[in-house]
Amino acid sequence: MTLSYHLQIVNLLAALLLLISFAMLSQRRIAGLITLFAWQGAALTASTALIAWSTNQHHLYYSAALTLVLKVIAMPWYFSRLMKKLDVNRVVEPMINIPTTMLIGIVLVIFSFNLALPISELSGTVTRATLGIAMACVLLAFLMMITRTKAIPQVIGFLAMENGLFFAATSATYGMPLVVELGVALDVLVGVFVLGIFIFQIRETFDSLDLKHMEKLKEK
Amino acid sequence: MQTGILLQLAQTLLAILLAPLLMGWVNQCRAWLQGRSAPPLTQPYRTLRKLFLKDAVIAHDATPLFRFAPYMIFACMALAAGIVPTIANDLPFSPAADVIALVGIFALARVFLALAAMDIGSPFGTLGARREMLVSFLAEPALLMVFFTASLISQSTELPIIVQTLAHREFAIYPSLAFAAVAFWMISVAENARIPVDNPTTHLELTMIHEAMILEYSARHLALIEWAVALKLFTYSALGIALFLPWGIAAQGDISALPLALVAMVAKLLLGGAVLAFIETISAKVRLFRAPEFLGTAFLLAVLGMLIHFLLET
Repeated sequence: MTLSYHLQIVNLLAALLLLISFAMLSQRRIAGLITLFAWQGAALTASTALIAWSTNQHHLYYSAALTLVLKVIAMPWYFSRLMKKLDVNRVVEPMINIPTTMLIGIVLVIFSFNLALPISELSGTVTRATLGIAMACVLLAFLMMITRTKAIPQVIGFLAMENGLFFAATSATYGMPLVVELGVALDVLVGVFVLGIFIFQIRETFDSLDLKHMEKLKEK
Repeated sequence: MQTGILLQLAQTLLAILLAPLLMGWVNQCRAWLQGRSAPPLTQPYRTLRKLFLKDAVIAHDATPLFRFAPYMIFACMALAAGIVPTIANDLPFSPAADVIALVGIFALARVFLALAAMDIGSPFGTLGARREMLVSFLAEPALLMVFFTASLISQSTELPIIVQTLAHREFAIYPSLAFAAVAFWMISVAENARIPVDNPTTHLELTMIHEAMILEYSARHLALIEWAVALKLFTYSALGIALFLPWGIAAQGDISALPLALVAMVAKLLLGGAVLAFIETISAKVRLFRAPEFLGTAFLLAVLGMLIHFLLET
């Protein structure tokens, strides 16, 4: 271990991201989920800013600021407002029980660590070891989207997946070009608003946020 | 060598004598946080003295095992307290057991406690013993995983070498140890019968685990068990400090560092006790059937720590 201290801190933040992904997977309450999502954004901001500082990549500062504004402040605030307005049943019931989900999560982590190993050897960045963690975060968020039936946790899962992808981009190639990043951020923002309106509509139509009811729409 | 043996004796005695004080400190913090007026710091000593002065009452059906168990439990905990480095590292006694054997010593104490609880044949004792076994059989593999993570970093299962590696070499951040630390905290909460797994002050049959097992004990036997419980909390705290916050523990043969080590240990224990009380105050006790989930999470975190060690630190 001859890494410099700020890279060690980046590694620590990467581990924290993974920990938060697991915490989200095990969280039963929507309010807790929103808080965890904000924390994940905060960890992502810190690690992006640190990578920017240690490698002198100025455009990464903008990405970090964007993450801070959108994912730590704007979206959690929007979600908690949405939650209050909809007065949703605050406990989420996952489709598979939580210990089983966690075990599947561990398998996913092992899978993505193994998958990332040869890829990260090709990459030339100093933070390439964290690529495995980024992939694990993506897969765990995916798992969360699959195992939740309510609309809001699914949207949060989608956003957590975007967090993981963003982290993968910074750790493998020091981030995407700023234009791409701005585009993605805008896309996500618009996506969240559209999904928010969608959630309202689902609730209006079915009197519930459980997406199982949407199966009724199928033509027989 | 002789100073080593003296130090070993001093450290073990210190642990045994200070353990009730730590318990008193945790109780005091808890009372403050809950807005009650706190019992004095020396309350556990007074309770122990009162219990030692009383006459023991033992059920007619009790076998010798019932009388023997408290001594055995206390001896196990004293042994464990002697092995874990608290102020000085690499004392003559520490090669007696590595971390895996340490888990075995805790298990031995637990088996005797459970057997003694079932010995009388009262339904509460049996119920408590079963619950304790449920909790502990889930906690033990997680504890081993935590130790393995620390052992992988320092390439040894001997506690002195782990402490030596973490405290006295060049400082490095180990993300895997962060995971292991969270897991270790959860395990020690479960093993020491604290909230959210068990409530040390309850006597409600629906929820009690540890208290159900010692209901039949009185006087000196109860005193020994209470003391062993305090000692167990102390040993787990010392273990946590040795694995995750080892800075300040004096290196082998470094006598001049001892006063500082003592101060550092007291400061860390005060802080740890306050944090424990704080977490106990803000969290609610979980249902018994949620306990496996709680400990499953601890196991998962410990395994994740190991995986992260292989990914980031090799």
